[in-house]
Amino acid sequence: MLKLSGLESLHFTPRQNFVNVGERTNVTGSRKFLRLIKENDFEAAVEVALEQVRGGAQIIDVNMDEGMLDGEKAMVRFLNLIAAEPEIARVPVMIDSSKWSIIEAGLKCVQGKSVVNSISLKGGEEEFLWQAKRIRMYGAATVVMAFDEQGQADSFERRIEICERSYKLLTEKAGFPPDDIIFDPNIFPVATGMDEHNNNAVDFFNATRWIKEHLPGAKVSGGVSNVSFSFRGNNAVREAMHSAFLYHGVKSGMDMGIVNPTMLAVYDEIPDDLLTHVEDVLLNRRPDSTERLLEFAEKVKGTGRKTETEAAEWRGLPVNERLSHALVKGIDNFIEADTEEARQGFEKPLEVIEGPLMAGMNVVGDLFGSGKMFLPQVVKSARVMKKAVAYLLPYIEAEKLKNNDKSAAGKVLLATVKGDVHDIGKNIVGVVLACNNYEVIDLGVMVPAEKIIERAVAEGADIIGLSGLITPSLEEMVSVAQEMERTGLNIPLLIGGATTSRVHTAVKIEKHYTRNQAVHVLDASRSVTVVERLLSKDKESYIGEIKKEYEKIRLNHAKKEGQKTYLPLAEARRNRYKLNAEKEPEIIPPNRPGVTCFRDYSLREIAAYIDWTPFFQTWDLHGRFPRILEDEVVGAEAKKLYADAGEMLKEIVTNQWLKARGAVGIWPANTVDDDSVEVYATDGSGRVIHRIECMRQQVKKAKGQPNLALSDFIRPKSDGVTDYIGGFAVTTGSGIEKHVERFRKDHDDYSVIMLKALADRLAEAFAELMHEKVRKDIWGYAARENLSNADLIAEKYRGIRPAPGYPACPDHTEKPGLFRLLDAENNTGISLTENFAMLPAASVSGWYFAAAGSRYFGVGRIGRDQTESLAARKRYTVEEMERRLAPNLGY
Amino acid sequence: MNKLKPSAEKLFGALRSRILVLDGAMGTMIQRHTLSEADFRGDRFKDHPDDLKGNNDLLSLTRPDIIKGIHEAYFEAGADIAETNTFSGTRIAQADYGLESAVYDLNYHSARLAREAADAFTVRTPEKPRFVAGSVGPTNRTASISPDVNDPGYRAVTFDDLREAYTEQMAALLDGGADLLLIETVFDTLNAKAALFAARELFDERGEEVPLMVSGTITDASGRTLSGQTTEAFLISIEHHELLSVGLNCALGAAQLRPYIKVLSEKAPFAVSAHPNAGLPNEFGEYDQTPEEMAAAVEEFLQEGFLNIVGGCCGTTPDHIAMLAEAAAKYPPRTRFAERLSQILPEN
Repeated sequence: MLKLSGLESLHFTPRQNFVNVGERTNVTGSRKFLRLIKENDFEAAVEVALEQVRGGAQIIDVNMDEGMLDGEKAMVRFLNLIAAEPEIARVPVMIDSSKWSIIEAGLKCVQGKSVVNSISLKGGEEEFLWQAKRIRMYGAATVVMAFDEQGQADSFERRIEICERSYKLLTEKAGFPPDDIIFDPNIFPVATGMDEHNNNAVDFFNATRWIKEHLPGAKVSGGVSNVSFSFRGNNAVREAMHSAFLYHGVKSGMDMGIVNPTMLAVYDEIPDDLLTHVEDVLLNRRPDSTERLLEFAEKVKGTGRKTETEAAEWRGLPVNERLSHALVKGIDNFIEADTEEARQGFEKPLEVIEGPLMAGMNVVGDLFGSGKMFLPQVVKSARVMKKAVAYLLPYIEAEKLKNNDKSAAGKVLLATVKGDVHDIGKNIVGVVLACNNYEVIDLGVMVPAEKIIERAVAEGADIIGLSGLITPSLEEMVSVAQEMERTGLNIPLLIGGATTSRVHTAVKIEKHYTRNQAVHVLDASRSVTVVERLLSKDKESYIGEIKKEYEKIRLNHAKKEGQKTYLPLAEARRNRYKLNAEKEPEIIPPNRPGVTCFRDYSLREIAAYIDWTPFFQTWDLHGRFPRILEDEVVGAEAKKLYADAGEMLKEIVTNQWLKARGAVGIWPANTVDDDSVEVYATDGSGRVIHRIECMRQQVKKAKGQPNLALSDFIRPKSDGVTDYIGGFAVTTGSGIEKHVERFRKDHDDYSVIMLKALADRLAEAFAELMHEKVRKDIWGYAARENLSNADLIAEKYRGIRPAPGYPACPDHTEKPGLFRLLDAENNTGISLTENFAMLPAASVSGWYFAAAGSRYFGVGRIGRDQTESLAARKRYTVEEMERRLAPNLGY
Repeated sequence: MNKLKPSAEKLFGALRSRILVLDGAMGTMIQRHTLSEADFRGDRFKDHPDDLKGNNDLLSLTRPDIIKGIHEAYFEAGADIAETNTFSGTRIAQADYGLESAVYDLNYHSARLAREAADAFTVRTPEKPRFVAGSVGPTNRTASISPDVNDPGYRAVTFDDLREAYTEQMAALLDGGADLLLIETVFDTLNAKAALFAARELFDERGEEVPLMVSGTITDASGRTLSGQTTEAFLISIEHHELLSVGLNCALGAAQLRPYIKVLSEKAPFAVSAHPNAGLPNEFGEYDQTPEEMAAAVEEFLQEGFLNIVGGCCGTTPDHIAMLAEAAAKYPPRTRFAERLSQILPEN
């Protein structure tokens, strides 16, 4: 990775996308700057640099190549002056000159790691290598021009030939790190009227692509404004050309460029006809493209606009269009004023909603439906909509006497079921439905079946949607379905949430609710279609389809289940995994036995451990981080979302919105009776303070494959060796409610979802961090481990931390025991609901196993004999045990 | 390719297996001997026109017994590496005393004194070889900051001035037998870059190189160097040189240094060192952190695996170093560096 520095560091990460280099402090490019330097007005010249940095330049290019100037002296003076301005000195400098003496004079003035612009093979290999070695000694990166003894490269072939040769010389003979090489494969003007220039831009793009593919580590840069040289005086065309050039350049792999940000249009906002003409030229798409652009250019001449004014231009549109613009773009700055203006234009306030607001939301819906907008954008649009509606509400209330129209397309009642506190997905569904003109009644979390039904009846809901994340919620949903059946409800039932599935809905829920239809909804984006069809005239045929589909799923499921054979528990136990005492590292007693608490752990430290991939999944953006940021389809949205997340994360950390609390414990332990783990007091007395009852895989395994239970990873008591087990409970949810409330009040669901999603990520990150701390320090069995965050995410360490309720120990009823051992409620503030969900929701708990042989697995289905055994061991009735383990019963 | 000074192999071996201990303050120890102007002058400079009291580096020539005794006391306390008494040994710094002409001798003899002490201890405990680091200070001028408030573009010293002065000092240190060079208390990265440039040129000229340590100084709680760089920017600005280690020293105590050491530990491709002050100065400007207190503070980041080399700066004494050595022996060194070493060196 290329890293540069001024007073602060600049990393060329994939996330960075494109680094722009300010070009105004260049006497060859800016007449104003040249004049200031010539007049010795260095104070004003420094101001130019300041403006550049404030305008977003991440590097500033400094060039003093003018015949009338003492270039060395001017370079030194200017660099020394900007070094005294922290706001400018913050960013790295690009020392730009065609004269080596000026470059070297500049290199002697900068404390950071700068970029030389440029060296080339123009003067032969010897000079090139000598300069490269000097640059290396000064500690700078360098731009290398595609220029050699024969001249400047002007074709694709020449470009790649020179770049490859330069790269080889630099890396093999000058010891230059590939990351510090930045090629400038020459941006030449197009549409000059000379045919041999027609392919200039295409050659640049192709050469860029080639360099990125064949010269690993090397970066590509270029002076963008060159390309539009023939259109000097016509800023509208030039701006469009720069922006289109950058768009294609970055797509080809261009990493940085010298650009004037004030001469750059927003690619998406270039009028279609202009863009077509410009791209025809850049991409050399037709023989007459130059004439056509020249002709077209005449027409747009003088309409050249500055981006800032253009940004505000939509403010001059008629109010309906402004509302639509604000909704599509998710801009809420002006929404109340615009809504008020619109209200005054209509007879009834409701018409504002039914008219322009709904029209805008329809655009959003269409774009979303056709994959041109993504969930985070939609949620932002919804925020704008909600604010507008909230503004209108008092007026509508006042109108209610006159008019009691039911304007919504339908009423959807949403709830997270009893015992579960997870609501991010449900909130997203609510927002998406509301955007589509459904009235959403959100009952919140931990809602008992009676209340769901009571409210559905009272409100006259058209549909009920249930959500849940933990496995017991699956059973809870079954009981809601049963209650709906019993109380005679006749409206569709939607099932959603991470652990739910089509199979579960088809097999376990549908049969309990015969009066209407239970439908599984895979993710938020499907919810609108499903609701729409369930409420449409041809709902009968849709329900028919679902019924048929579910029947098929049930048959398949039964077939698959039929093929699986389950072993009797006794036999599964005989086939347990036996810890290989010889291969296992020595058992290390913990450095700190017993419970260790962390009352207010640094969120900043935790944040570094975040695994971002699931965060994007929460927002229905699928792909691995960080590649997702470059994804062709969702990359742009993912990037925006990531930027917003970064901002909020910063607030969370600096303003301490959340509090990270955790408890970890390590105790002596041994396995007894194959499936149970005895936990002993830390005082060496051998007193049993807890018994963990593990579940064992019963499905018949291939030869040589064990039937696993977590207890297999602890040494049996009969070995006569004391082993250890750990446990943990961490939360980053403490304090979240206040901020959720604040965002709710502001109708800002986007921020609510964002905050909750981040809190979840932080909790997982905290668990990861704590696990590392335990391995390296508190327990200390892997004190020398040193892994990157990516390695941690890939679980490259020794030991596991399975959580009760997850596949390796699906039994949620083990959680209270863990909490008792840790005194988790007092030590962390986490409490358990009746179905053993943790409150706050952003919490994680589990066990630590240190054995090298330990690994994650899924228990899968179990036989009645194991249910009975567990019930006996845990002193539950068999019925109660069956209810608790319903998703895992194989009978 | 230049060859590596043979002692470097031993140094790498030691670094791979444990946390090495650098010695403590020279000035603090010199203050214990109440020395007069005459002590500083000795015979050689008895007629020198300027006052020489306070020019500690000069004592290597005029009171070598004291300097050697200090090195021995630190080795006795468990230090692996002694720093030569040459913190102000450039002609730029010595110009304050009008002693530019003594620069070569001063550095050469300082290195010799430390060399003799180190060799004697290596003979005594061959399993714990001792090393000499040529101390290269920042000089008393900054290349990226103007001392003239009315002209921010002015510089009292240039890159080339510094480069030449450093070349002279380093050549004498190497002649005198230094095993490595420690460019320390870096408050302006451009000064350090000039020193690194000089070292590189010197190595090429001599055809032999020694390992380089660089240690920056974070001035205060802003987390920046005097010249304004963040820890990471500082690291990026110097990592073009193949260094033995990068670290921080002076200005702060161990506890205050922790966040910045952590940054280096996470990002540096080299070994990481720290030689903090004995806490922050009290209201009398004295360092009064006890050896036990300092060791406890340092132990926290030893525990976290941040370091490969630890030592002391202002206010530390052999008692501090003894406690640090004891603490360092309890923990494995930062592993990332050990892995890197094993990549570049054959297992031995």
